[in-house]
Amino acid sequence: MAKTVAQEFTKGLWAEIPPFRLVLGLCPTLAVTMSLEGGFGMGVAFTFVLLLSNIFISLLKNVIPKQVRLSCYIIVIATFVSVVEFLLKAYAYPVYETLGMFIPLIVVNCIVLGRAEAFAAKNGVVASIADALGMGIGYTISLSVLGAFREILGAGSLTFPFINYSIHNILGTSFQPFTFLVEAPGAFICLGLMLCVMNMLGKK
Amino acid sequence: MRDIIKLFLVVAIFSAVAGGVLAAVQNATADRIELQELTYVRGPAIKSILAGCTNDPLTDRFKLKDGDKERSFFVGKFPGNKEEVAFEVTATGSQGDIGVMVGFDLNKNEVVGMGVTTSTETAGLGSRAKTDKAFIDQFKDLPINGAVKVKADGGTIDALSGATITSRGVCAGVSKAIDIYKRLKDEILKKAKA
Repeated sequence: MAKTVAQEFTKGLWAEIPPFRLVLGLCPTLAVTMSLEGGFGMGVAFTFVLLLSNIFISLLKNVIPKQVRLSCYIIVIATFVSVVEFLLKAYAYPVYETLGMFIPLIVVNCIVLGRAEAFAAKNGVVASIADALGMGIGYTISLSVLGAFREILGAGSLTFPFINYSIHNILGTSFQPFTFLVEAPGAFICLGLMLCVMNMLGKK
Repeated sequence: MRDIIKLFLVVAIFSAVAGGVLAAVQNATADRIELQELTYVRGPAIKSILAGCTNDPLTDRFKLKDGDKERSFFVGKFPGNKEEVAFEVTATGSQGDIGVMVGFDLNKNEVVGMGVTTSTETAGLGSRAKTDKAFIDQFKDLPINGAVKVKADGGTIDALSGATITSRGVCAGVSKAIDIYKRLKDEILKKAKA
């Protein structure tokens, strides 16, 4: 049942796409998807951390004693999270301001530790890179879709990340935004709708 | 026993390497982060206080020692050899610290304006100290004799309705800045004219 590298990569894009299929890492999913920019920025930061932690953990898996593996994983993950925080602060300050507290919280994102424990610790470097990229890109797509959906309906605008270009009144000037959707309860409802759509599509 | 020492060593080495990496990254990005914070956090307040200046106050800045603290001063140059200087003080609001940027006219010895940089005040109430133009404009052209107070405390400033504590905090911040300005005026003049 050995999967090819391509299969490891593509499983994160649909079959096991986080958070819709894994339903892990929900805290940032709910909190930062008020806009496309927030969701996409979070996805990129997350992918970076997941990729580097998967690489290092798969390389070091034979050095790390089993009894202290979780603390070692957390040290590796936390280091890369702090690196991301410094980099965002230095090169993408507006994104850093949008994400705020949720960057340090990537440390406790179940997906990162989950992939480290369930995948990188048992597989080689190449497969781990494929797994991290697939999962990371899947997570970025999910958060971007959720963010764009909430921003378009909830604020009536769409701001593209990193290039500071935004379309106002995307649904016409007479459109009255559902401000409810960009508030916290709206996040649950949108996520629920997405999960529902995903399950309908997945049903054979 | 040997096992335990090995576990301990592995975790210790991991932590040490992680610490090293983080220190290196922090060092490499420190300048860039300071600049970004200036642009995005303090920049808007500075630009609105020193509106109309002919230079870039974010680059024309200097630092002075004030007791054991080091403060950054931002210089705005105006036509006719006039200079204004803005610097930030910390005041206490209802929810925590408020960063208050205060500008002074070096020739007329007046407060030229105030802007809130960072605050955790209640959204929609105290947070208006950062955005409410009528409130902010009251801090234009204030004399620097005596403390700045809200009307309820016998002063001249109309407090934001529903945010008296925030307004008091901002006033206290401006008063604090006035004291600092008086205390450091000679040094500020020397540096700003240079």
